[in-house]
Amino acid sequence: MIWLDTLIQGLMLGGLYALFAAGLSLVFGIMRLVNLAHGDLIVLGAYLILGIGTATGLNPFLAAVLALPPMFALGWLLQTVLLNRVLGDDILPPLLVTFGLSVVIQNALLMGFSADSRKLPVGPVEAQSLALGPVNLGVMPLVTFASAVLVIFGLNRLFYRTALGRAFRATSDDPVTAQLMGIRPDRVFAVATGIALVVATIAALYLGARANFDPSTGPARLLYAFEAVIIGGLGSLWGTLAGGLVIGVAQAFGAALNPEWQILAGHLAFVAVLLVRPRGLFPRAND
Amino acid sequence: MSALLQVTALTAHYGDFQALFGVDLTLDPGQTLAIIGANGAGKTTLMRAITGIARVTGGSVLLDGQRLDRMAAPEILRAGVAMVPEGRRLFPSLTVEENLRIGAHARQGSGFWTLSRICDLFPVLRDRRDHPGTALSGGQQQMVAIGRALMSNPRVLLCDELSLGLAPVVIREIYAAFPTIRDSGTAIVVVEQDIGQALKVATMVHCMMEGRITLSGPPESLGREAIHDAYFGVRHG
Repeated sequence: MIWLDTLIQGLMLGGLYALFAAGLSLVFGIMRLVNLAHGDLIVLGAYLILGIGTATGLNPFLAAVLALPPMFALGWLLQTVLLNRVLGDDILPPLLVTFGLSVVIQNALLMGFSADSRKLPVGPVEAQSLALGPVNLGVMPLVTFASAVLVIFGLNRLFYRTALGRAFRATSDDPVTAQLMGIRPDRVFAVATGIALVVATIAALYLGARANFDPSTGPARLLYAFEAVIIGGLGSLWGTLAGGLVIGVAQAFGAALNPEWQILAGHLAFVAVLLVRPRGLFPRAND
Repeated sequence: MSALLQVTALTAHYGDFQALFGVDLTLDPGQTLAIIGANGAGKTTLMRAITGIARVTGGSVLLDGQRLDRMAAPEILRAGVAMVPEGRRLFPSLTVEENLRIGAHARQGSGFWTLSRICDLFPVLRDRRDHPGTALSGGQQQMVAIGRALMSNPRVLLCDELSLGLAPVVIREIYAAFPTIRDSGTAIVVVEQDIGQALKVATMVHCMMEGRITLSGPPESLGREAIHDAYFGVRHG
């Protein structure tokens, strides 16, 4: 039954990767923007939760709730002031700008919080587990996985069941014609980035609760997020969840075979999926 | 009667290339105005300039005295000018119903045109509401595009090349909706290469050539030869 345990641990880990990737997928799906600072924004969110928790004495879960509005505002501002200016037919300017932003965030965090590793103290729940037959399931990994499913479900509902979601999809399809419908693409993009940073903050909570983080943690998280988005199919939200799960399961089995193979196994799974399905598992029909 | 839409000395550029040279036109309430001309005459650019998609570099566009040429496209729609773009340009990831509903995105308050009335106008859409917009036939897509523009309850509806690529029977079906649209209080500007169709529906015709209006008048007063000459740029004498 070790394989079953490994599979389930992998799925739980995959939930975390899906959370890393969901905001990236949302932003890419709507405005074709590859945000190289996404991992650093997750880490920034983790520091914000830590800061709020330290200042108020609140549990990280409650501190994360308080961190959501400022992170939404940050995303909205970032898009309005910076990213909207570089969006266009050429993909290079947004790549350069978000790469620069990544460097700025890392250095700002380094100045503000030093290079010391931090962790979000979630309390006794960290060590609690549930016995489900032959498998012991950690409560925190289970909550992380459930949050990932809820976040993807919520984003999907937003995308396909609301007027805002219609505006997101219309703008993604054809920003010029969307303007003829009274939609302002710059505002739609700003709201999308705000929502992406809300999701990044949720990811930050589970990142900080699961492992240590420091100002340089972001780029590795970005890599997993990218792989999850690409495996799932660019712009597909449920695909992003599937992509996260594929990487998580591959890493878990890799680690079971040899602890040194954990990271490598995730990357190999990524390459294997691309070899078989170059457009990912669930590509959007109109991409 | 004062003009509903007044375009005066309008010029527009694509980069350094000047596409419109001082275009003047007037649209009165309840009127259907046709703009005809060969490919490259500037008809589509004129539509795009009025709706804020193409850059206006001179002149003015007034809707009931309100200046539109300094507004962005979304504000121009809110002011009351909607467009059915050339090639329909439905949103591929939206269903027929969603394509129609997105037309009302900027609408404030109620108005004559609702989803139900659009389906009354084009009954074939009623059974296809859940289909992807781009999965319909060309004619049905054109109906969705017209319905989508009407959902904003515009005062002026600009239709760019409605008949392009459609069978004559479908074109007739689409143009049959025009009296209902006009009766709802919406004035119409239709850009057409199909001269016969344009002359049938219009109360006023303008012919464009190389970014300029070269001939104007009510269809019954324009001779076949004069239209032919203006359309193809024939100069006599």
